[in-house]
Amino acid sequence: MEPADIAWILTAIALVLLMFPGLAMLYGGMLNGRNVLNMVLMVMSSLAVTAVVYVIIGHGLVLGDSVGGAGIIGNPFEYSFFTSFMEDDGSGGPLWGAFYILFAGISVALVASGAAGRMKFGSWLVFVALWVVLVYGPLGHWVFAFSNEETGVVGGWMRNQLKLHDFAGGTAIHLNAGAAGLALAMVLGRRNAPAGRPHNLPLMLVGVALIATGWIGFNGGTAGGANFLAQYVVLTSILSLAGGILGFIAIERIRDGHATMLGAGTGAIAGLVGITPVADAVGPVGALFVGFLASAAAAWAITWKRRHKIDDALDVFAIHGIAGITGSLFAVFLANAAAPAGFSGILRGGEMDLLWREGLALIVTMVYSFAMTYAIAWTMNKIVPIRVSVEEEELGLDRALHVETAYEGRTF
Amino acid sequence: MKLITAIIKPIRVETVSKELEKAGFTGLSVSEMQGRGAQAGRMEYYRGQAFAVEFRTKMCIELLVAEKDVDKAIDVIVANARTGDAGAIGDGKVWVTPVERVVRVRTGEEGEAAI
Ligand SMILES: Nc1ncnc2c1ncn2[C@@H]1O[C@H](COP(=O)(O)OP(=O)(O)OP(=O)(O)O)[C@@H](O)[C@H]1O
Ligand SMILES: [Mg+2]
Repeated sequence: MEPADIAWILTAIALVLLMFPGLAMLYGGMLNGRNVLNMVLMVMSSLAVTAVVYVIIGHGLVLGDSVGGAGIIGNPFEYSFFTSFMEDDGSGGPLWGAFYILFAGISVALVASGAAGRMKFGSWLVFVALWVVLVYGPLGHWVFAFSNEETGVVGGWMRNQLKLHDFAGGTAIHLNAGAAGLALAMVLGRRNAPAGRPHNLPLMLVGVALIATGWIGFNGGTAGGANFLAQYVVLTSILSLAGGILGFIAIERIRDGHATMLGAGTGAIAGLVGITPVADAVGPVGALFVGFLASAAAAWAITWKRRHKIDDALDVFAIHGIAGITGSLFAVFLANAAAPAGFSGILRGGEMDLLWREGLALIVTMVYSFAMTYAIAWTMNKIVPIRVSVEEEELGLDRALHVETAYEGRTF
Repeated sequence: MKLITAIIKPIRVETVSKELEKAGFTGLSVSEMQGRGAQAGRMEYYRGQAFAVEFRTKMCIELLVAEKDVDKAIDVIVANARTGDAGAIGDGKVWVTPVERVVRVRTGEEGEAAI
């Protein structure tokens, strides 16, 4: 790798790392004051457990040569213990190892939102390990592993056979996390007490700021180096974030009568989710629209989901699932061939193929992630219940599980 | 001796406290207080979900006064806690309760001398 490329990816890794405390603050701030520390722990432990799994078999599952050339799962032992990363072969192995650990970690950290305020911490740690292997591993392989004809390495079926266009993980990361969060929320059941208002919105805003900063590294780093693509996707990401803020508060203004800060922050995230799969495929004006529409769709989905009484406490399905789908579909119809990805959406004379390619990938991702996550949580729950007791829930998980409290002398 | 408890709007606390001091009432305690009055709570919207905010935050001023000073203190409080010309909903409430005994810790003085 060129030194400039290495320098940019190293920087991007540092940025993406900020997404973990960012997500912890976003989710923690939105809960009541009795479950903040538990949420922070769930998010941060996602990274910790993922790293362990990744070093042993995770990286191989995702980026290893496809087992049997089938494109279903990578060779788990290809990178075992990262021993091949101890010498410089010029390919940037350690760099990508670190980058991909963060991708996997942030995916499962998002799933924590579905468990807010009611899951045993030990069960969460086990869940993280199983989820990274059984859900993220295959999905990551399908989307992130490119085949290489020269070396004969076979990658994932979605990317190589289906020819899915997904720039930085709209399917394997965001839709996946959204569907998984929903499944986990359904296995756990609803919280006993009414949710209550978010206990600390400024904390939530700091979280949004860190996540948005991290996203620049996430999308910009996916460009693979210090190149034009990186410049371009950073631009479209920021435009989509801006459109996202406007999309969410527009819906709020129409529906509730007020634009809110929580809405603007939520919209910023939804806009970033929307652009993630298509950051290289739409024009600058298109990017504004992607953000606006993805975020408006998420705002709508949040109320739809509530009416169905599913306690996906922090709306991961709406914000990461629905917004991601909206972004992908935008490109299917309106991709701009002048953008780096170089293909046209159907309404601009592109091929109809796009619709079923993207559609199939979205549906398979959603169904696989939901079903497998449900199966993991359901099975774990049969062996040892994964939900805390009624008393623990009432006391708040900070005190009940961790014997510490976020705020002195407050009960909320 | 009496205990005057005044629950008032947070923005008026400093004024009330200053005016009480001018009128000769030096000691008092202040605390944050959650509560509700005659009107229903208000609604807030978070990600489109409506939450009824049942309690509002007010400030609670408590002061011990001699029997003869009660009316004067209440007048000062009411005059200065009122917002707008004619007062507004939620401006607060003041009540008086009898107090049996007061002791100043440093000197051991009791009763009105300890106020
Ligand atoms: N009956 C009561 N008992 C104890 N505390 C009260 C009572 N009424 C009011 N308070 C306290 O006083 C605060 C201020 O009340 P508030 O001024 O709204 O009274 P109100 O009777 O509703 O009068 P208004 O009609 O002017 O609003 C309340 O938030 C509550 O803390
Ligand atoms: Mg009132």
